[in-house]
Amino acid sequence: MSPVQTLRVALRAILRNKLRAFLTTLGIVIGVGAVIAMMGIGAGAKARVEEAFAAMGTNVLIILPGSTSTSGVKGGFGSMPTLTWDDLAAVRNDVSTVKEAAPTMRSNMPVVSEEQNWTTSITGTSPEYFDIRNWPVALGAGISQSDVDAGTKVVVLGQTVVLKLYGPNANPVGQTVRVGTTPFSIVGVLAKKGQSATGQDYDDAAFMPFTTFAQKVQGGLGKYLSGQIMVAATSSDTTTRAQQDITALLRDRHHLGPGDDDDFSIRNLAEIAGAQQQGTETMTYLLASVAAVSLLVGGIGIMNIMLVSVTERTREIGIRMAVGAEPHHILLQFLIEALSLSVAGGLIGVAAGVGVATWLAGRFQWPVRIQTDVITVSVGFSALVGIVFGIYPARKASQLDPIDALRFE
Amino acid sequence: MVIELTDVIKVYQTGDVELRALDGVSLSVQEGEFVAVMGSSGSGKSTLMNIIGCLDRPTAGRYVLAGRDVSGMSRSERARIRNRVLGFVFQQFNLLARTSAVENVELPLEYGGVPARQRRRRATDALERVGLGKRLGHHPNQLSGGQQQRVAIARAIVNDPKVILADEPTGALDSRTSIDVLAVFQGLWRSGITVVLVTHEPDIAEFASRVVVMRDGKVLSDRAQEAKRAES
Repeated sequence: MSPVQTLRVALRAILRNKLRAFLTTLGIVIGVGAVIAMMGIGAGAKARVEEAFAAMGTNVLIILPGSTSTSGVKGGFGSMPTLTWDDLAAVRNDVSTVKEAAPTMRSNMPVVSEEQNWTTSITGTSPEYFDIRNWPVALGAGISQSDVDAGTKVVVLGQTVVLKLYGPNANPVGQTVRVGTTPFSIVGVLAKKGQSATGQDYDDAAFMPFTTFAQKVQGGLGKYLSGQIMVAATSSDTTTRAQQDITALLRDRHHLGPGDDDDFSIRNLAEIAGAQQQGTETMTYLLASVAAVSLLVGGIGIMNIMLVSVTERTREIGIRMAVGAEPHHILLQFLIEALSLSVAGGLIGVAAGVGVATWLAGRFQWPVRIQTDVITVSVGFSALVGIVFGIYPARKASQLDPIDALRFE
Repeated sequence: MVIELTDVIKVYQTGDVELRALDGVSLSVQEGEFVAVMGSSGSGKSTLMNIIGCLDRPTAGRYVLAGRDVSGMSRSERARIRNRVLGFVFQQFNLLARTSAVENVELPLEYGGVPARQRRRRATDALERVGLGKRLGHHPNQLSGGQQQRVAIARAIVNDPKVILADEPTGALDSRTSIDVLAVFQGLWRSGITVVLVTHEPDIAEFASRVVVMRDGKVLSDRAQEAKRAES
């Protein structure tokens, strides 16, 4: 009997009990569907972290000022300015692993155009900031060193701010906006940057020279840098090295003894992103392995129904043997039947999984990535389940005695 | 000789009880004979039938079928012998349910590896030979008992066997239909096929050319006779 014919016989047997076949495959359908959906969501989350990671830069460090420790109550990092402008200059000039460094001072303020107003995050910084963030200017110009030196009232807007104030596809370069109460001239618009890993919109921001920021927002430029320092290491490989170098430098500059805590902290974005990514991955594999267990349960369901089927069709097996079916014909017939059930379940599961993942993506704005290798592995695994759980019933059928089988009522 | 049994013994072991179903049977059947094997239940005629049909193996003795010693053959080898040399007809017809007449008849050809187009043609021919040329697409539950048994006969002859084995083929049929079915067997016999028919009814055995009577696992009598003609 040819394989095609054996397949036909198996399919016909399955189609005779459509409801039963469907219920039997349900375990596999749910298993494969869950694995595909989980892996899709996991891969999407991972991709989002990766994107955010790439958007931030793989070589970026952020230096935060230290905490106050008055009367034993620690105020948390950033609550007291411990970083000075000289520290910034030292980090920039004295650490060989540092490529660039820029101050970032931040405040939320309303930006008012002639028609609209929009409250956004205003950052006072230096021209290096945009190199560190790898964030080019789309229209007009960026903040220049002469702007910083002169403390000119210029502002560079993010895409979201432009959209809120001027509508889509507007070019506001050259126009005047008020930041708080002070009029500023728009010199440039930044390219679109997208979202951070936590869903924060990078483009909802405006930038001005830190000198201007200090005068107009903070009320004067003092000794301390009341903000953070953003640093770019020379490459992503030297980031950790740069972190150590800066720590040593700042401890020395702040005269901290061996037993003293740091009065600043350095965040390594690569480390944070890596940890987040690992967390996502662990979660994905955990959920997927739970889903894989239901594949196993599905396999047991198939074995159960195949055993029932062999018993029900004992007489048919006897007839087939009497007219010349060899044991391996019968074995193959039932094995292919089990395999068809499990593979059909697998394919329906793929469709269901992709459907659920797509629905979740649309409904909750989750990033979902369906990977073809996950589909291949799932279908392959369900085929394996069919073979593993189908072999025992099929062997049982093939070992039947034809005389007993023919007499079976 | 198409069938040659020499001192065949079959013992069934059930726990401590030993049942000698066949106790030294020697039987030779020539090509073109119509043999009726008679005997009451427990006489060993069914066991003899199973051994002749290569469904079972003798415990001792020698069985040569169509020139080949089958007594020591494996399951697969016996399956191939059943497929090529033998045709079976059973009391309960044993057709596959929800499967059309022509597909039932094709079944032995499928295991014999006959190509699809040839299968359909040969199955159709076989059904025409038993007078069911117009019932090809009918399922067993749409056919009468006599018609079902004819489908079974068509299935038995479709692979041009040397021997047809019929186990109480009229047991589930009324007397009128029984004669019809016997007429089909006689037709096959006249065309040269060897027929071995097991029955416990003497008036069915009358239609054979030779009657073998079994009792207690032994051949009690074995005689040739003028076969009564089945007029349908």
